[in-house]
Amino acid sequence: MTDAPANAPAKAPPKSARPGTLALLLNNSLATVGLIVLAVICLVALATPLLPLADPDATAPADRLLPVFSDGHLLGTDHLGRDLLSRLLWGTRVSLAVGVSATLIAAFFGSLFGLVAGYAGGRTDTVIMRGIDMVMAFPYILLALAIVAVLGPGLLNALYAIALVNIPFFARNIRGITSGLARREFVDAARLSGKSPVQILFIEILPNVLPVIVITMSTTVGWMILETAGLSFLGLGAQPPQADLGSMLGEGRKILFTAPHVSIIPGLMIFVLVMSINLFGDGVRDVLDPRLRAGSLSRPVARTAVAREKAEIPPPSGVPAVLDLKGLRTEFRIGSSVYKAVGGVDLHVRQGECLGVVGESGSGKSVTAMSVMGLVPTPPGKIAGGAAYLEGEDLFSAGDGRIRHLRGGAVAYVFQDPLSTLHPLFTVGDQLKEAIKAHQPLSRAKLKEKALKLLSLVRIPNPRERLAAYPHELSGGMRQRVCIAMALANDAKLLIADEPTTALDVTVQAQVLTLMNGLRRERNAAILFITHDFGVVSAICDRVAVMYAGRIVETGTTSEILENPRHPYTARLIECVPVLGEPERRLDAIEGRPPVVNNLPEGCAFADRCPRVRPECRSGELELKFSAPERGVRCLYPLGEEGAA
Amino acid sequence: MAFYIARRLLAAIPVLFGLTVIVFLIMAMIPGDPATAILGSYATPENVARLNAQLGLDKSLLQQYFIWIGNLFHGDLGRSYTLNRPVLDEVLERFSATLTLAGTSLVLCSIFGLLAGIVSAVRQYGWADKIITFVVLIGISTPSFWLGLLLILAFAVKLRLFPASGMFAIYGGGDLPDLLRHLVLPALSLSVVATGVIARLTRTAMLEVLRQDYIRTARAKGLSERKVIYKHAFKAALVSVVPVIGIQAGFVIGGAVYIETVFQWPGIGSMLVTAISTRDLLLVQGGVLVVAAAYVLFNLVADVVQTMLDPRLR
Repeated sequence: MTDAPANAPAKAPPKSARPGTLALLLNNSLATVGLIVLAVICLVALATPLLPLADPDATAPADRLLPVFSDGHLLGTDHLGRDLLSRLLWGTRVSLAVGVSATLIAAFFGSLFGLVAGYAGGRTDTVIMRGIDMVMAFPYILLALAIVAVLGPGLLNALYAIALVNIPFFARNIRGITSGLARREFVDAARLSGKSPVQILFIEILPNVLPVIVITMSTTVGWMILETAGLSFLGLGAQPPQADLGSMLGEGRKILFTAPHVSIIPGLMIFVLVMSINLFGDGVRDVLDPRLRAGSLSRPVARTAVAREKAEIPPPSGVPAVLDLKGLRTEFRIGSSVYKAVGGVDLHVRQGECLGVVGESGSGKSVTAMSVMGLVPTPPGKIAGGAAYLEGEDLFSAGDGRIRHLRGGAVAYVFQDPLSTLHPLFTVGDQLKEAIKAHQPLSRAKLKEKALKLLSLVRIPNPRERLAAYPHELSGGMRQRVCIAMALANDAKLLIADEPTTALDVTVQAQVLTLMNGLRRERNAAILFITHDFGVVSAICDRVAVMYAGRIVETGTTSEILENPRHPYTARLIECVPVLGEPERRLDAIEGRPPVVNNLPEGCAFADRCPRVRPECRSGELELKFSAPERGVRCLYPLGEEGAA
Repeated sequence: MAFYIARRLLAAIPVLFGLTVIVFLIMAMIPGDPATAILGSYATPENVARLNAQLGLDKSLLQQYFIWIGNLFHGDLGRSYTLNRPVLDEVLERFSATLTLAGTSLVLCSIFGLLAGIVSAVRQYGWADKIITFVVLIGISTPSFWLGLLLILAFAVKLRLFPASGMFAIYGGGDLPDLLRHLVLPALSLSVVATGVIARLTRTAMLEVLRQDYIRTARAKGLSERKVIYKHAFKAALVSVVPVIGIQAGFVIGGAVYIETVFQWPGIGSMLVTAISTRDLLLVQGGVLVVAAAYVLFNLVADVVQTMLDPRLR
C-alpha cells in the first residue's frame, strides 16, 4: 500500500476495541461448546472409579450383546456380556491418559531438540534438524507401525511410537522461535553477565517459547489420541484385558453386522473427544492470532461497498471535467471504531490535465484514488458519502458490470510498487495481453502485436524477449514501465497514478515521469497523480491538491502552490524538499504526527502541529475558502494574509 | 526445468539412503533372536546358530548392512517366512493395491479440498463458509477407521449399494467397474481427513493471496471476478497448497493401514499389520522401505509441481 489508512489503526490500536483473550474465547460459541464438552469428558474420566458402575471386565455370557438402553446396561453389553457404559468410561480414561502422556513426551523431547538446535545453531543445529528431517521423511503412521513392530504390540509401546513420530512437529516449531530469540538483546545481556548456556536456555528462553509449546500441544493432542486409538484398533496397542477406545472399536468390528453398537459407541466417543479438543484448540488459535484480531485476514470483495443516502448525493460541479469528485467520504470500520480516511473531498481533473494530490502517509490521498473505481478493500472500507462523476456518469450508482468495463478501460491505474502489483506467476506478456483482452476481443496474433507495440511505447528494449519474462526478472524501472504499458492498453481517458515513482531510484524516476508526461500530451488523457513528493509534482502536475487528515487543505496551480503556499502545512511540505529530485525526502521532518482519523479534533486537524496556531483554530468547521475558482485554502490565518485577520 | 528435476532427483538419493539406514537399524534393534523367533523356542542351539549364520546375523552390523543393501540393489529383500515367497514380489503386489486406493483418495481429497477451500474463502463469513468450516472440523476429528465402519453399515449393509470388503468380487469380478465399486467406500473413508486439511489450508492461502496488491491490479485491469479468483488468486494459492498435498500423500498412504484393515483391501497396510503380529520382520522391513521410498518420490513430485507453478523458485 502506498498510503497507510488501512494500516493506520495498527499504529495506534484503540484500547477499547480490543477485548480480553478470555472474553474473545467465550465469544466464540463453538470454542465454548468444545471447552464445556471437553471439561465434562475429563471430569467423568477422572471420576470414573468413584461412579457406581459395573466392573468393566466382568463377563456375563448370559447377557451377551444386549442392545442399547437395556435394563441395567444403559449402553448394552459386548460379546462377552461386559457392560459397555462402564467399559466406555474406563476406556476413555485410558485413551485420554495415553494421548496426554504421548503429547507430554513428544512436547518434552521435541522442545528440547528445538531449543538446543535453535540456540546452538551451526553444526549442532544441522545435525539435529537433519535427523528430524529423516524422521519426517517417513509417512507418519508407517513409522509408528515400524516402531511398534520393533517394540512389540502393547499400549505403552504404542504410546512411545506415537510420541516419537510427533517429536518433529515440536522440534521444528520450537527451533524456529528459539533461533529468533537467541539473537535478541536480552539473551546477549544474559550471556555477557556470565550465565551458562543451560541457564540462558531455561531461564531466559524457555519462558518465551512456552506459549508456542502449549499451542502446539493443544493442536497435536487430538491427533495423538486418534493415532493411539488407531494402533489399538489394529490390535497393536492395548492388549486384552486392558482396553482403550481404539481396542474396543477393534473388538467390536468383528461383530459389526450383528451388534453394530459395540463398535459405534467407542468410535463416537473418540470422535466427540477429538472434536471438542479441536473446537477448543481452534478457538484458542483464533484468539491468539493477531491477524484475525485485527481483521486483516478478511477477504476484500470485488468492489468497495457504497453506503450513502440517496438524498445526499451531491450534483456534479458543472466544470467540464473527466473526473469530478464531490464530497467523497470513505471510511474504514475496524472493531468498534470508524476511521474517516477521506472526509469530504472535492476535486476535478480536466482532459489532458494532470492534477497532483499531495500529502503525507495516512492523509487519505491513496484512498481517494482507490475510491474512484471501488478498489478500496471492503471489508473494512466503505464509501460513506459523496459522488464521483466520470464525464458526468455517477460511478457510485453504476452497476458492477459497468465498473468492471470502466476499470482498465476508461480509467486505468498505475500503482506504487511494481514488484508487488504485478502477478509473480504470470509472464509480463501474459499480464499485458490479459489487460488488452479484457476490453478488446482480439486474436492471439493481434494481441501479441499490440502488447509488443505497448512495450515499445514505454521504451522497453527488446520487447519481444521481455514478453516471456517474469516480473522478478526485470528491474524496478522496467516493471513500472510494464505497469504503465498495461494502463495504456485501452486508451484510458483517466489515468490514476498512485505514487508510481516512489519505489524507483532517482534516475529511473525521472525517466518514468518524462514518459508519463509525454504520453499525456500525446493521448490527451487526464492524470490524477498521487504523491508525497513536491519534486515530482513540479515535474508533471498542472494543478495540486494538498491533503491532510482526509481533507483537501489547499489547492491551486502548481506554480501558485510552489511559489506562494498559503496553508502552513503546504509550506512545511515544500520546505521538506531540499533539492528537487532527491530520493528519500524526509517528510517526517514536520514535527509531530498526523492525527489518527478515527478521532479527529474539532477545528483544524493540523492545529497541533501548526506553528501559527491560535485558539480559534480549534473550534468549529473550517471551510475550504476559494480566492479564485481553482485556488482555495482551508485555514483561518493563511500565509501571506498576516494583517487580514 | 529438466535441470531442476535432475537436481532434485539427485538430492533425493541421500534421503533414500538415509531411509535404508533407518529401516535397517530399526530392524536390527529388535530385541530377541530372529532365528529363535523363526524356529520357535524348542529349537536346539545348534540349529539356531546355523540359521543365524545362514541369515548372516553372526556378522557385524556394518557388514550386515552392506550385505543387505547389496541384495537390495539386486531386488532381493529376502524371503517372507510366513508366506514363503520373496518379500519384493509380495510387497510390490500389495503396494500396487495400496497405490490404487491411496492414489484415488489423494485425487479426491485434492479436488474436494481445493474446491471447499476456495468456496470457503470466497464466501468468507457467509453461510457456505460457516458450513464448510464446520464440516471440515468434523472431518478432521473423525477416526477414519470408525467412519469406514459407519459407511459399511450404511452403504453395504443397509442400502446394499457398495461391497463392504475386498478389491474385486470373488466371482465374476476383476474388471474396472468392479474395482470402482469396491473402491468407493474405502477411498471415501481414507480421503476425509486429508480433504479437511487441504480445505483449511486452501482457505487460508486464498485469503492471504486475495489481499495482495497484484489482485487489486487484476481488478483494476477490469478482469471479471471469476478470472481474478480462479486464475490469479488460485494459482498463487496453489503454490503454497501443493507441498501440503505432498505431505498429505504420506498421511493418506499411512492412513491406508486402517482403511485396508477395515475393508480387507489387499494392500501393503493390511500386510504390514499382519506381518507385525506374526513377527515376519523381513516383510515389515520391505514394506516400510517401499512405502517410505514412495513417499519421498511423492514429495519430490510436489516440489517439482510447485517449481513449475512458481518461476521464482527456479
